[in-house]
Amino acid sequence: MAHAKRLLALLAIASIATAACAAGATPSAAPATEAPATEAPATEAPATEAPVESYPRAETIYTTGKQWGPPSTWNPLDPNAAMGVVGLQYETLFLFDPLADTFEPWLAESASWTDPTTYTIKVRSGVTWSDGTPFTAEDVAFTIGLAKIKVVGSNIWDFVTDATATDDSTVVVKFGNPAYQQWALWTYNSPIVPKHIWEAKANEDILKDLNQDGVGTGPYKYKTHAEDRMVWERNDSWWGKSIDLEVKPKYIVDIVNGANNVALGRLMQGDFDLSNNFLPGIATLVDKGYVSTYYKEAPYMLSANTAWLVTNDQKPPLDDPEFRKAIAWAVNVPDIVNKVYGNIVAAADPTGLLPTWEKYIDTAQRSELGFSYDPQKAERLLAAAGYKKGGDGFVTNKDGSAIKLTIMVPSGWSDWEAARDVIVASLKKVGINTEAKITDYNGLVNDRNNMNFDLVLNNEVQISNSPWTYYDYMFRQPLMSPEGKNRNFGGYENADAWALVQELDKTPVDDVAKAKEITSKLQKISLTDMPVIPLWYNGMWSQVSNVVWTNWPSDEGEQVLPCTWNGYWQMGAIKMLTNLEPVPAP
Amino acid sequence: MRSYFGRKLAIYVFTFWVAATIDWMIPRFMPGDPIQSLLSRTQVAPEAVADLIAYYKALFGLDLPLWQQYLNFWGRLLQGDLGRSVYLSGRPVTDVIMAALPYTLALLVPAILLSWWTGNKAGAIAARRRVLDNTLLPIGYILTATPYMWLAIMLAWIFATELGIFPISGAYSYDIEPSFTLSFAIDLAWHWFLPFLSLFLVMFGGWAIGMRNMIIYELDADYSRYLASLGAPTGLIRRYAFRNAVLPQITGLALSLGVIVAGALVTEIVFSYPGIGKLLLAAVQNQDYFLLQGIFLFVIAGVLVANFLVDIAYVVVDPRTRTGLTGGTA
Repeated sequence: MAHAKRLLALLAIASIATAACAAGATPSAAPATEAPATEAPATEAPATEAPVESYPRAETIYTTGKQWGPPSTWNPLDPNAAMGVVGLQYETLFLFDPLADTFEPWLAESASWTDPTTYTIKVRSGVTWSDGTPFTAEDVAFTIGLAKIKVVGSNIWDFVTDATATDDSTVVVKFGNPAYQQWALWTYNSPIVPKHIWEAKANEDILKDLNQDGVGTGPYKYKTHAEDRMVWERNDSWWGKSIDLEVKPKYIVDIVNGANNVALGRLMQGDFDLSNNFLPGIATLVDKGYVSTYYKEAPYMLSANTAWLVTNDQKPPLDDPEFRKAIAWAVNVPDIVNKVYGNIVAAADPTGLLPTWEKYIDTAQRSELGFSYDPQKAERLLAAAGYKKGGDGFVTNKDGSAIKLTIMVPSGWSDWEAARDVIVASLKKVGINTEAKITDYNGLVNDRNNMNFDLVLNNEVQISNSPWTYYDYMFRQPLMSPEGKNRNFGGYENADAWALVQELDKTPVDDVAKAKEITSKLQKISLTDMPVIPLWYNGMWSQVSNVVWTNWPSDEGEQVLPCTWNGYWQMGAIKMLTNLEPVPAP
Repeated sequence: MRSYFGRKLAIYVFTFWVAATIDWMIPRFMPGDPIQSLLSRTQVAPEAVADLIAYYKALFGLDLPLWQQYLNFWGRLLQGDLGRSVYLSGRPVTDVIMAALPYTLALLVPAILLSWWTGNKAGAIAARRRVLDNTLLPIGYILTATPYMWLAIMLAWIFATELGIFPISGAYSYDIEPSFTLSFAIDLAWHWFLPFLSLFLVMFGGWAIGMRNMIIYELDADYSRYLASLGAPTGLIRRYAFRNAVLPQITGLALSLGVIVAGALVTEIVFSYPGIGKLLLAAVQNQDYFLLQGIFLFVIAGVLVANFLVDIAYVVVDPRTRTGLTGGTA
């Protein structure tokens, strides 16, 4: 009898457990009801059909790499928006292709500077929002106007004076003192939102709107999300057909990053199609044919950003350019490239300019002023600048006091931790006493922003249409306050350099000769003063499986970016989806 | 009886106040600043940074003096509002926790209850059969000494990577959406099994050893010997021994039910299981004051409620407590 009772209890527990499991599934959809009410769901309602229970493998791509946490907002104006909100759902006026260095009209059919302070945009005809409303010039003018709201985080109204739709397909933007480079950046980075929906949201609370299941013009629509995934479904009324473009996957399931070994395992089994994560040892797997990368051999990956050693340019002895140059010559970058990364990254150019800006590099000047790995030269530079070695073999300050530098990377970033160890060893070798300072990301940001550091690794400038973004980071004046500091972490102050950066910003995009002339001067300053030390180009990590989908981007095939990160869809990565081909079932 | 529970209740309320206050303080003394970290992940135009900082400070109520933040904390808490998550774009913390809680409960409640029940049974049986004791004891010691993480990784490696019969991560397959269908329930259970098993096995070892030792101790106690000398049947003696031995196990059970929400941290991380443990890690990594606070409040409340329940359970299970109480009040 007692046994029977216990068995009953056990069954009850089992059923409670099952109920709890089932209940666990529903909350993932719940935030829909929590989101501030928008008109969008109402107008969308007729379109929602019976829920699809599963996505056929042959029509789905599985991606991972962008999301470090659960998708939490779908507001295209929020920089933390979920993977694909800008690019898949909301689109920009232009695409910029950093490989070909060209702009491609996207939601704009064309646009030009009709005079030095007037920019006229012809919007694409035949485009509709996903709720069926036609897309017009009003939407573009409205979106430009939204940037007046402070929290949108844009500064275009510092130089834009007016944006008006003069008819259904034309927008005229008037400028005061045009920042041509920044404006070009805006045209391919800022998503156009529908006026008829966002008019009601255009106030200081605009970022509070999570905008789940929003209305865009792009090739995908919000399908669902959970704590560990974001699912997009193809928008079959996408305008791309008019220029012979069609996105192939019906569903995109983006998986929130978990353990590296899980991602790698799933990729090799063909469960994941694209991983945009750094996975150690990937070169071996490429050589064995398990996965593919953009290049078949070193450096395997395209370059996405420059990894610098940021020096505290206000603190002795790092405030001395000669000391910083000695560090530049001392760091064993070949070891970082070969041993830490297994050749999946490339050493940086001494100017630090990314390959996409190669045409701006003044090669003659670089060969005169550039640096490379040469510890003897580093020691000579230190001696020549007056840093003598003490009894312990380490160099001392000019006043004889000991030098002990620290270097920080966020703990847990294993590749950077290994690179840091190489840097510490390199510096010790030339007599600069250095040790690692262990800290987590938040602690690092706090110390770095408050100038409480000696050396720190950073890589926060991604590829873009203009080296202006690179130099704006390097030379930004005035120095930003610690809270929210995101440029010039070393505190380098040079009024001439900053004037040149602003001049570059005001240079028309098509005046390449002038841009070259200005960047040459900026390169000279960066090579002689070395405000930050460029070390290597961090990769646009991308490894793909050819089990279900093929014709991925590569230097031998379709030359587009293989990347799902924020900001990369509109740099041409969207074409990856139109180029994909399903592998025929065996 | 009433004054007994009244006294207990007052102690619990006081403890909750102290614990919640400490919980409120700790994240604020961590180095760094959540808004600084939030902004550092984005490349906003420097001209707009000051406005964004002001916006986020107001959104999270961090622009107020500390004493006011503390009063607001209690004011909101009493209304069930735990604030907004910093790293999840201002989503209410209560929602975030409620979305993760079912997964953790579904793992831990069955794991704890089943391991407690089977562990006690196994321990009690082992204590009276030498052969069983010689096998179960070492197995129990090995299991209970196994780190959760290691066992989880081993299970994942053997059953997911090598044999491929269970999934390696997640709560349900990536190609389906939740629905009230049998196929979804099966998928859910299939993903649930390995994380459950890894927790169950480690806990089982602990309970089994505890029970086995207690039984041996109780069988040596005076009352058992006396019963034996009276010629009572072994079954009867063992039943009494079991009833005494199970008391400390109930305390243990209550405590493990109390820390339940944070308990599966490592397991959830290994299996990428979207429960509270994984959330806790993310909250720490992103310095999400409010999420961290919210999760710890759940832990605090859980421990206190479990302790309270155990106080009641003791009255029910152990007749001696009952007599003690009536004796005290009489």
